[in-house]
Amino acid sequence: MIFLTFAVRNLRRHKVRSILATLGIVIGVFAIASLGVMGNSINLLATALISDVGDTIVITPHTAIGGAGFAGDPRTVVEATIPDADVERIEKAAAGHRVIPVLQGAGEITVGNEGGYAQVIGLATEDIPYLLDLEEGNNLRTGSRGALIGTYLAREYDLRAGSRIRLGDEQTIISGVIAERGFAFDINPDYAIVIVEERFRDLFPEAEGYDYVVIRVTDPAEIDGVKEEVDGLLNRRDDVVDITDSREALRQVNEIYAAMTRFLLAIGGVSLVIATVSILNVMIISVTERTREIGVMRSIGALRREILLMFLYEALILGIAGSLIGGVFSFVGGYFISIAAVQVLTAGTTFAEGVTVFDPLSVAYILFAMVFGTVTSVASGLYPAWQASRMKPIEAIRG
Amino acid sequence: MNEEGPIIRFTGVTKVYPLPAGDVVALDHVSLDVMPGEFLAIMGPSGSGKSTLLNLMGCLDTPTSGTLFIKGKDVGTLSDDELTRLRRDHIGFIFQQFNLIPLLNVIENVEFPRILKEREGGCTERCLEVLAAVGLEEELFSHTPAELSGGQQQRVAIARALINDPEILLADEPTGNLDTKTGTGIMELLDEMNRRGRTVIMVTHDQNVAAYARRRITIVDGRIA
Repeated sequence: MIFLTFAVRNLRRHKVRSILATLGIVIGVFAIASLGVMGNSINLLATALISDVGDTIVITPHTAIGGAGFAGDPRTVVEATIPDADVERIEKAAAGHRVIPVLQGAGEITVGNEGGYAQVIGLATEDIPYLLDLEEGNNLRTGSRGALIGTYLAREYDLRAGSRIRLGDEQTIISGVIAERGFAFDINPDYAIVIVEERFRDLFPEAEGYDYVVIRVTDPAEIDGVKEEVDGLLNRRDDVVDITDSREALRQVNEIYAAMTRFLLAIGGVSLVIATVSILNVMIISVTERTREIGVMRSIGALRREILLMFLYEALILGIAGSLIGGVFSFVGGYFISIAAVQVLTAGTTFAEGVTVFDPLSVAYILFAMVFGTVTSVASGLYPAWQASRMKPIEAIRG
Repeated sequence: MNEEGPIIRFTGVTKVYPLPAGDVVALDHVSLDVMPGEFLAIMGPSGSGKSTLLNLMGCLDTPTSGTLFIKGKDVGTLSDDELTRLRRDHIGFIFQQFNLIPLLNVIENVEFPRILKEREGGCTERCLEVLAAVGLEEELFSHTPAELSGGQQQRVAIARALINDPEILLADEPTGNLDTKTGTGIMELLDEMNRRGRTVIMVTHDQNVAAYARRRITIVDGRIA
């Protein structure tokens, strides 16, 4: 263990240099860990936001750009619609499953003196319970002139069941408030107003067909079969509709977030590379300065591997010290960065409640960064240590 | 070679240092026997090859050609680890520049070769014994080399050379950096080590110092004159 003593004393002898090298590792570990934690928090948040399970198919009018996307994706907000005849064919193809044609538009609303535009969704009365849960109030009855309102919109305008708003030219009673739904694949009502189809047709007399069709399959295992049926029946000659399902969408979302996490980690990695270079530099200086000492040690009986070990200990100590400090900072920093990131993304919602830095994966990122920091600093000490161990004693002792 | 044979034997040893300006022949077919218990002084002008001779004896270097036996072992056939162990266990070095390790205090410097050999250290009896033998005051034991005078440093260096009880002591201008009075003290110490049975080989260009040795050889241009 005398070589460990040497390493400790040598690092202490050059305090400032050692501290600076450690600082490099601290920053590198902190960058990797806190960015990893942030990525993970955003990921967790995305998972919490997406309420889908793999039982939903969405059929949109075919667009040249490609149909994969969410309802509300700008690419689907085009003039194209699905005509009534096609909806009937979809119903035939997906017999036995719930087929829900959806109407979408932007309507002018006035609450008291305030006014603005809101998304308006038209659904058949009997379909509403399949898509939406209510936070308060009652569902719409067939032929109702009332409306359901998304929870955020309700909060913004301070509306509840029984409130009155003006939608288009007509006084409208809010029959119920829709429960928070988040980022869903089929329908996003949190900032919208939902009315029955008849009312929608009155509000938008020029609208024809449907904007998209949602199919709820009874068993997720049947999803591919239903997709094939619809595709066979509607897209036989030309591509008339694009058919996507929620599994695909979930996979895409996961891919996007995974890519983002990787990107954040890469940024952290770059800072650790810089830290590694600084350790390499410190070690090379240390070896050069101590050439004579190495020569003496070798002359009086230190083996090559013992010299190697002595310098590796130095790198190891720098790495462990930097990683430990960096790890602690990461816990604190990652926590605040996550909170900030999540707050920006979820302003006004309640989805962030499950997101914490103490998530196992976040802890794993921090541990990974610490191990990575230690390993890289030892790795960067390898070359100088090897160089020191290969010195010929006779040449080294002359300085 | 048995115990009665030479402890060091050079047979036609040549050492060539390749340099960009041309090879330098430091030793040219040197043959030499050193018997156990001898006190040998190697003399000669600077650049004559006397330090090269000492480095070969100390297994710090290997011959370009010819054979060199140390304690009956052909050093040309030994691996780096084997050479290192030979230095550690059987040879004690005393340098002109003392070459103590600045990070270690007196006790630790003396114990260092012992730790390398035995994997254990501390202020052992053996350590106190060799420090007593070189006559170093006890209050200096926890000092670092920078806090010692030249003579004190050389005493510590000799104690370090003795710690593993080597048969051979090699000294390269041991008094070169010391004043005459201090140098005399160091030479008396080496003389005593030789009287106790160690083989002492010393490089010097000082006639007064060489006078302590019982055998003197002179190297000129890489050959024994």
